[in-house]
Amino acid sequence: MSAVMTSSLPSGVAVPRSALGPKGWTALMAAVITVVILAPVLNLLVPTDSVFHLSDYTLSLIGKIMCYAICALAMDLIWGYTGILSLGHGLFFALGGYAMGMYLMRQIGRDGSYGADIPDFMVFLDWKEVPWHWTLSDFFIGQMALVVLVPGLIAFVFGYFAFRSRIKGVYFSIITQAMTYAAMLLFFRNETGFGGNNGFTDFKRILDIPIAQPSTRMVLFVLTGLTLIGFFLMARWLVNTKFGRVLQAIRDAENRVMFCGYNPLAYKLGIWTLSAVMCGIAGALYVPQVGIINPSEMSAAAGIEMAIWTAVGGRATLIGPIIGAFFVNGAKSWFTVAFPEFWLYFLGALFIAVTLFLPDGIVGGVKKLLNKKTEVKA
Amino acid sequence: MPVNTRSWRSTLGLAAASALALSLGAWSPAAHALTPQEAHALAAGDNDARILTLKKLSTARDPALTPFLKAMLDDAVKVTSDRAYIVQDDGQAVDAVTGQPAALPDDAEDVVNNNRMSSEIEAVLAAANLASPDRDLRAEAIAALANAADESRLPVIDQALANESDKGLRKQLQMARTKALLSASTPARRIEAAEALAADASPESRGLLMERLNSGEEADAQVQAALKAALSKVTSKLEWGEHAGVVFTGISLGSILLLAALGLAITYGLMGVINMAHGELMMIGAYATFVIQNLFRQYLPELFDWYLLLAVPASFLAAALMGAILERSVFRFLYGRPLETLLASWGISLVLMQLVRTVFGAQNVQVENPNWMSGGFEILSNLTLPYNRLAIIVFAALVLVGMTLLIAKTRLGLFVRSVTQNRPMASCMGVNTARVDTMAFSLGAGIAGLAGCALSQIGNVGPDLGQSYIVDSFMVVVLGGVGQIAGTVYAALGLGLVNKFLEGWTGAVLAKILVLVIVVIFIQKRPQGLFAMRGRSAEA
Repeated sequence: MSAVMTSSLPSGVAVPRSALGPKGWTALMAAVITVVILAPVLNLLVPTDSVFHLSDYTLSLIGKIMCYAICALAMDLIWGYTGILSLGHGLFFALGGYAMGMYLMRQIGRDGSYGADIPDFMVFLDWKEVPWHWTLSDFFIGQMALVVLVPGLIAFVFGYFAFRSRIKGVYFSIITQAMTYAAMLLFFRNETGFGGNNGFTDFKRILDIPIAQPSTRMVLFVLTGLTLIGFFLMARWLVNTKFGRVLQAIRDAENRVMFCGYNPLAYKLGIWTLSAVMCGIAGALYVPQVGIINPSEMSAAAGIEMAIWTAVGGRATLIGPIIGAFFVNGAKSWFTVAFPEFWLYFLGALFIAVTLFLPDGIVGGVKKLLNKKTEVKA
Repeated sequence: MPVNTRSWRSTLGLAAASALALSLGAWSPAAHALTPQEAHALAAGDNDARILTLKKLSTARDPALTPFLKAMLDDAVKVTSDRAYIVQDDGQAVDAVTGQPAALPDDAEDVVNNNRMSSEIEAVLAAANLASPDRDLRAEAIAALANAADESRLPVIDQALANESDKGLRKQLQMARTKALLSASTPARRIEAAEALAADASPESRGLLMERLNSGEEADAQVQAALKAALSKVTSKLEWGEHAGVVFTGISLGSILLLAALGLAITYGLMGVINMAHGELMMIGAYATFVIQNLFRQYLPELFDWYLLLAVPASFLAAALMGAILERSVFRFLYGRPLETLLASWGISLVLMQLVRTVFGAQNVQVENPNWMSGGFEILSNLTLPYNRLAIIVFAALVLVGMTLLIAKTRLGLFVRSVTQNRPMASCMGVNTARVDTMAFSLGAGIAGLAGCALSQIGNVGPDLGQSYIVDSFMVVVLGGVGQIAGTVYAALGLGLVNKFLEGWTGAVLAKILVLVIVVIFIQKRPQGLFAMRGRSAEA
């Protein structure tokens, strides 16, 4: 399997000394300026009737997609660079989201429709106090630690057992999917204390600041953008380190890596846990911006869609997954408004077309076109 | 001895009223009016206090009470600090007691009812329907009553028992009565309940006994002993039926998993294609059954009982045809790239689901069992073997035998095996490998169609039908070992049984999770599955 994949993936032979070239740094600065200065100015300061005004809808859409892009980046590290296709990243995303959601639920305080100290759904279940796993939910710092720790720990334990017995390829994919499925069933239950199939919603405040006011939304947006850029830089640095090179070697020929004396377990486990944590953070940024988290984020469909963002953009390139996330989700929000019945046809066709005709994704396709042009010129 | 006229008169009045109640079949429309204070107490404040008020009021019925309670259930009641109002559908507020239109004060708040409060209100409302001539209404009322049965409802239940003639409903009423007795204040009554439950020996009575014992509310040692004795009696009576029942449902689930996984064993095991659209091929089979059923209903209603005879081949052919199309157009370009087939087939499954939604609608469709399939063998009080499940077990066995023969004995089977073992060599010997691929893939798809036909007989048929089986059936294939039909059989039955045994122990969700953990641990020990494929490949 891996032998075949090698041919379709670009091998990053040239190692730049710095994480980015001069062009790259310029582009990066442009991205930072766009997120930190341009978007707030266009949204908050430019009058609403102006052509340049960035509507709240667009802003929240972009914010949401940036969260997805972080997931796609995480997928790319584990799939594009290490060759392990996970269908369970939806779980890590949702775990981060739920950890954030628990905090936000407690921030509602007594403003719920029952006016009680505990979240509404618990009143409805006739509970008197919050269950044990909500202990930290009153403390922002503690709960944010859970955003990182819970997905990280679950990924670590699961990955340790899976990688130790050298479960790989499709076996691993199927087992991650089963794991996510089991977790979804668990979160659907009322008595696990996660709000059942309604999940968490109707948030009012974050850090005692009203969550719906424009400035809060803008801060969340900027934070998400900077996180995405930060993760991009980290990934860029990581894949060029020795660690990253070994990961790519594992992807291309795991047996040979072992014959060279490396134990792939630590490498796989490290990148697997890191990418789970990235997804958890993305989930935590997603929930306050979208305003809802429910178990459907853990469905098989959600996990596999992340794979398609990465595949559409281009595996084993770092900018590709971000482009892919924007392309697929942009298409989704356009289709679901304009032609709701056709969205699934489009998505399905996209899955098929990308695997059949664009194995290197958009970025790979563009590169190929550029290469052809230069060849013709020469 | 001077006669206390007043008390005598009121006794007479009460007797007259209850006589009236009996003759009308309703109970006790006593001359008590709902006061504004009571209405307010009912709607606002602590739940315990509200329930107490509700019980007090329900024994002395006021005509204004019923609409008020109904409004409360509909969340149409608002309260101020001293009064309750009903907001009608048109937005007009009326006074809860007088029913006169009233201006709703600004500080009026919504009344919210949690589950417990709602079931109490439902029980009071239900009491009025207990004497209804309509059996369904009575059944509903009894269910509501049983849901909130306690000592205060005993008179109501006794009265209903005296009037009820339907056997099934009498039984339910008895159960409600026992449930009420179980929390009665006198120990003698509680012991009576324990004895009644011991005699009944149904799963429900065991549940009640356990609940009472585990809640820790029972303080009387004698009653506790009686409860424990009753529980052990009931448990031992039920145990046999239960064990047999678990084995049966386990085998039944196993046979369904087997049907779902056999097709996968071909496409995944023999051909290395991860077909996430396998569940959707099952769905196509189920919809083919639905179409055939409708045709029979419309054109051959007298032969309706035998529509399955045509539906089985139709579902096979429909799914096999779809499989052939998919193999020719998509999968043949992806051989040797299992992760890519996974993504592409997921895309296919999305398209197929949406296609079915466009053609048949997003709602589930109704597939009826033929007459001979409904009902079942009743072996013990708590063990009935439904005919449709038995039929599926037989059907799965037949499909298994058929497929094994096909692979082992026919020319096509020989080709499939040879291509699986050594593609270039088979090709050199003149086997048209591309053709064999298509045939084998359609065979796997066709078997998925058969699984869909079987599923249509026991569950809902809808666009999402395949989704719920795909994870489980992959587990079966992974556990059984790639390319091993015998492994698939053992894995399917084993997973079915383990799943059902755990379910009895831990509940369905935990059982699913435990099974997953077991599979992961198992694969640790034997990465190649139950039956390892013999071969030289270093990487599976």
